[in-house]
Amino acid sequence: MFNKVVASITLRAVFGRKRALLFALPPLVLILVTLVLKAARPPGAQWPGHILGDFGFSVILPLTALIIGTSVLGAEIDDGSIVHLLATPVRRSSVIVTKFCVGAVLTMAFVAVPELVAGLIATGGPSKLAAGLFVGALVGSVIYNAVFVMLSVLTTRAIAVGLLYVLIWEVVLGNFVSGARLLSVEQYSLGVANSIAHYHALNAGLTLSTAVIMGTIVTVAALIYGTRRLSEFSLKGDAV
Amino acid sequence: MSGPEGRNTIELRNVTRWYGNVVAVNDITMTIGPGVTGLLGPNGAGKSTVLHLTAGFLAPSRGELTVGGAPSWRNPEIYRTIGLVPERDSVYAFLTGEEFVRSTATLHKLADPAAATRRAIAIVDMAQAQDRKISTYSKGMRQRIKVAAALVHDPQVLLLDEPFNGMDPRQRLHMMDLLTKLGAEGRTILLSSHILEEVEQLAGTIQVIVSGRLAASGDFRAIRRLMTSRPHVFLVRTSDDRRLGAALIGRPAVTGVEVTGDGLQVRAADYGAFSRELAALTRDEGIRLRELLPEDESLESVFAYLVES
Repeated sequence: MFNKVVASITLRAVFGRKRALLFALPPLVLILVTLVLKAARPPGAQWPGHILGDFGFSVILPLTALIIGTSVLGAEIDDGSIVHLLATPVRRSSVIVTKFCVGAVLTMAFVAVPELVAGLIATGGPSKLAAGLFVGALVGSVIYNAVFVMLSVLTTRAIAVGLLYVLIWEVVLGNFVSGARLLSVEQYSLGVANSIAHYHALNAGLTLSTAVIMGTIVTVAALIYGTRRLSEFSLKGDAV
Repeated sequence: MSGPEGRNTIELRNVTRWYGNVVAVNDITMTIGPGVTGLLGPNGAGKSTVLHLTAGFLAPSRGELTVGGAPSWRNPEIYRTIGLVPERDSVYAFLTGEEFVRSTATLHKLADPAAATRRAIAIVDMAQAQDRKISTYSKGMRQRIKVAAALVHDPQVLLLDEPFNGMDPRQRLHMMDLLTKLGAEGRTILLSSHILEEVEQLAGTIQVIVSGRLAASGDFRAIRRLMTSRPHVFLVRTSDDRRLGAALIGRPAVTGVEVTGDGLQVRAADYGAFSRELAALTRDEGIRLRELLPEDESLESVFAYLVES
């Protein structure tokens, strides 16, 4: 299922493009903000949860996953180079799963690890909060990448659609409409994080079991649908 | 289809493809077998659509399309038989030529990807540049490395969309020699091109697509003979053009005669009848026939007639 050649090409393609520089910026910002706040010691002991939870899980994680998740496949579809990969007997499910894995691992490296580092800085050492944030971000990396890789196959405007999902559905609706949380990857991530951290300021709206079940369903459904659509990848002919 | 010949055969049966209200390909039925077949047509005629349908990168809206008896749509296994050289210039520019071809060989799960890569790169004469990144290649070099990647798994069917784009004359000749050789080996080569001179020299069979429909199919000279509504044009050079012209104008097979500085231009409705009558007439009139040249039997002329109609 996992194809080493596809993975190698994907990694080289992702880091060969200038947008790869964008991966490093959000986590750097997160760590810098944490360092500044740690030094400033603002009143209210709950600031790590607000910053690393609200900011980290509603901005840093999804946006970094969006950039990475759309880079691993979307860029090749946009420039047409995907044809050379698809004009081989490699199974489409293998392409989707491999690119999803590459995207998920990169997102873990660029978000989950910085979340852990920021958590350790914020709490002054190993803590349940740091561990919870790390595991939550790992889970979020997986689910977001499944969704955004699928989105890359569905539309050439994957980044715009992804931004709409993150900003409108997760940030706005997710905070005010309880039903929207059931379809929010941010809430799945926070649910898992909070099950370890038990930190009220994380504002997790789902229990661990709901988060795991829904997260699994969304991930599997996204990968299956992405595979189906990639199997129907079409080159435009003369008329269009 | 069974047997080695069937394995290489592309069959379209009543294939139609539309995008909304636009019909890109309209009820095309054709069979393409071993050898080189040229797919010709004006811009927007449907050539690329036919190629993409054949390559499994477009689904027919109606009808059936098979390669070696198997449908190409949603069938990744078909790429063991097919090699595709797409028109678009996009290739993995960060890879070297060798890496690109070897990746393709590995994806095809070839027993010895390195050896297959060396062979394919040698066929297209890119060994000297194989270790350079594709981003440093000229357009012609990119075309050749794409052909190498399409050939690395030794496919029986090769589909090429405008393969001569970006090539200099020497590279074009090399590509034409290569395609001729591959066609002679019994492979099915289908190429779409708007460069008529190359297709004329290369393709034994042409398929002419005009406005989404199959306008003509077969050897272009045979197609020309079938165009009975258009008089054939000949240039005749003899020892006495004017006297021959006067004799010809009275013949039923001849529709027009013009004395030019270069010889006698004759329009004849019936190719066969004119050829027979000319020999007899020159003998009876005591005129020496020096040269008889068909002037509109080139692919360019045939193509122009088909597009006009």
